[in-house]
Amino acid sequence: MTGDQAISNDLGDRPLAVEVQGLTKRFGDFTAVDDVSFSVAQGEVFAFLGPNGAGKSTCIKMLCTLASPSSGSAKVAGLDIVTRAKAVRRQIGLVFQEQTLDDQLTAEENLRFHAVLYGVPRDQVDARITRVLELVALSDRRKALVSTFSGGMARRLEIARGMLHTPRVLFLDEPTLGLDPQTRALMWEDVLRLRDEEGVTVFLTTHYMEEAEQADRIAIIDRGSIIALDTPHALKAAVGADTVSLETSDDASALALLVAEGYRAEATETGITVFVEDEEAAVGPIVDTLGGTVRTVRAHRPTLDDVFLHFTGREIRQSHGDAIPMMARAFGARRG
Amino acid sequence: MTAITQSTAHREVAARDTRFSDELRVAGMVWERELIRYTRNRTRIVSGLTQPVLFLFVLGYGMGSLVGSTGGFNFRQFVFPGVVAMSVVMTAIFSAISIVWDREFGFLREMLVAPVSRTALVLGKTAGGASVAAVQGTIMLALAPLVGVHLTPLLIVEVIALELLMAVAMTTFGVFVASRIQKMEAFQVVMQMILMPMLFLSGALFPLSGLPRWLMVITRLNPLTYAVAPLRQVIFAAQNMSPAAQARFAAGVTINGYVLPIWIDMVIVTAFALVFFTLAIWGLSRTE
Ligand SMILES: Nc1ncnc2c1ncn2[C@@H]1O[C@H](COP(=O)(O)OP(=O)(O)O)[C@@H](O)[C@H]1O
Ligand SMILES: [Mg+2]
Repeated sequence: MTGDQAISNDLGDRPLAVEVQGLTKRFGDFTAVDDVSFSVAQGEVFAFLGPNGAGKSTCIKMLCTLASPSSGSAKVAGLDIVTRAKAVRRQIGLVFQEQTLDDQLTAEENLRFHAVLYGVPRDQVDARITRVLELVALSDRRKALVSTFSGGMARRLEIARGMLHTPRVLFLDEPTLGLDPQTRALMWEDVLRLRDEEGVTVFLTTHYMEEAEQADRIAIIDRGSIIALDTPHALKAAVGADTVSLETSDDASALALLVAEGYRAEATETGITVFVEDEEAAVGPIVDTLGGTVRTVRAHRPTLDDVFLHFTGREIRQSHGDAIPMMARAFGARRG
Repeated sequence: MTAITQSTAHREVAARDTRFSDELRVAGMVWERELIRYTRNRTRIVSGLTQPVLFLFVLGYGMGSLVGSTGGFNFRQFVFPGVVAMSVVMTAIFSAISIVWDREFGFLREMLVAPVSRTALVLGKTAGGASVAAVQGTIMLALAPLVGVHLTPLLIVEVIALELLMAVAMTTFGVFVASRIQKMEAFQVVMQMILMPMLFLSGALFPLSGLPRWLMVITRLNPLTYAVAPLRQVIFAAQNMSPAAQARFAAGVTINGYVLPIWIDMVIVTAFALVFFTLAIWGLSRTE
């Protein structure tokens, strides 16, 4: 399969929130983002998945007008990121990899400050603050100093703040970095609620597979290029079918029996592999067919890890070089 | 769905261009944040007072016995305006330098990526720094009776006005320096290398007359000199000093025997403030 086939970017005539054409960013001789093109439909949750150093943050910074492209072009909310930079900034919400709250202020004061920066009309400020705090379930902490917040709460407050001025597109750069799994799950609830209730387009980057899984579509980015783009389901399907691997007391006759029943199966070194539509649904019938001869059963559905491995020849976990310092920084900044 | 119609209303607002009133609103918010942070940080208020108080009493009594008094006017009374100036200057610089903290803790980014002008941010920061510095300097006035300095309502108004001017100048200077500093450690160096020499060579703590030539030249080149002198001049004018005391404890800046009037000092300080206001905007524009 070539890279091109893996990139499916046909959104029909859905209105677009982000349109990117040949976007490139060079630092000296080094190309951090290399000729990237894609579109994001309005109301989509779109994830950039890639190892550290892949160019995710650099790409997001260009879309947020914080860095200028070396070449190529992009539109966010229908506005050109170079010629309409200031207008773009009013239409987007931003949550950075590093925390950007004032922890000597209360949650409400942080939000009020933001409302003024983004020109939220005076008569709407209070209602918006109430609303976004509800969306991230922090209403009861409205008057609390941010210095008393846990890392996860601060993150969610930042997301609320990013939504305060009702942006069209919310950019989240590694929003769950350094959060524990429960907080991460809570944050995802927040994000999906924002999308459903406020109709915002969510553009996020991550290097967690489980996280990208929640997105409507995923672009896998590696060394500055998009190497695959599709729904999580389609990406996994592209890598291969679900399989059920078996060990039985008599592999040869078990294989014959399965083939006779219409299964696509083959012998392997250790037993039999059966290719199925849906591994979960298939295990029961297969075991029934073979009766008591089955010793072990292992069902497998391709994961995004397999997808990443398939397209890059590497595992995403190998390239985590700076994840730990980043986390330390996120926390260090909080304590200060 | 109310949520949806509300959103559309916001988007129309978001799409229009920034207006002057929006910029002022932003400056006001930045100013308010400075005040909130100042009032919330009691240790800062207290520590900002201890150093000048220390100077007032240690220098006032320690040096005072060496210097003696002339016509009933002593060194404590002389040094008092300088110490008030010192507390204004230090508070203003600390306020401005909080930009370095904001950079370290990320909040600077929240401000810099917003669709607002750097001018509005620097304006708010300057107003904030100047306000808290003037408040701090005015708190110092409470010590005046203890060292035998008389205050009148008019004098207090004049002092506050001069404190504000001095504080604006020092805040813009501080914001500019802070905009070029990436690390908190560098700030310590700046304090040692710039602020302390500026303070000590401003005539805040000793009379500007009768100095060795090299010291006289340095004090006249130091912009802070022109901020401290008017403060001392208006305070002394209300003190009923004998001519001998006025000669001994000269308040104004003399250049070639000519005593600069207060308004020239103020023009110099204003020019300094304008230059650094512009430089501060430039400095912040260069950071992402
Ligand atoms: N300002 C910069 N100057 C030089 N190189 C940079 C700069 N910013 C990012 N890079 C490089 O570009 C690459 C992509 O970085 P980044 O976009 O931060 O990756 P990601 O967010 O996917 O981890 C990295 O190799 C990084 O070192
Ligand atoms: Mg990154």
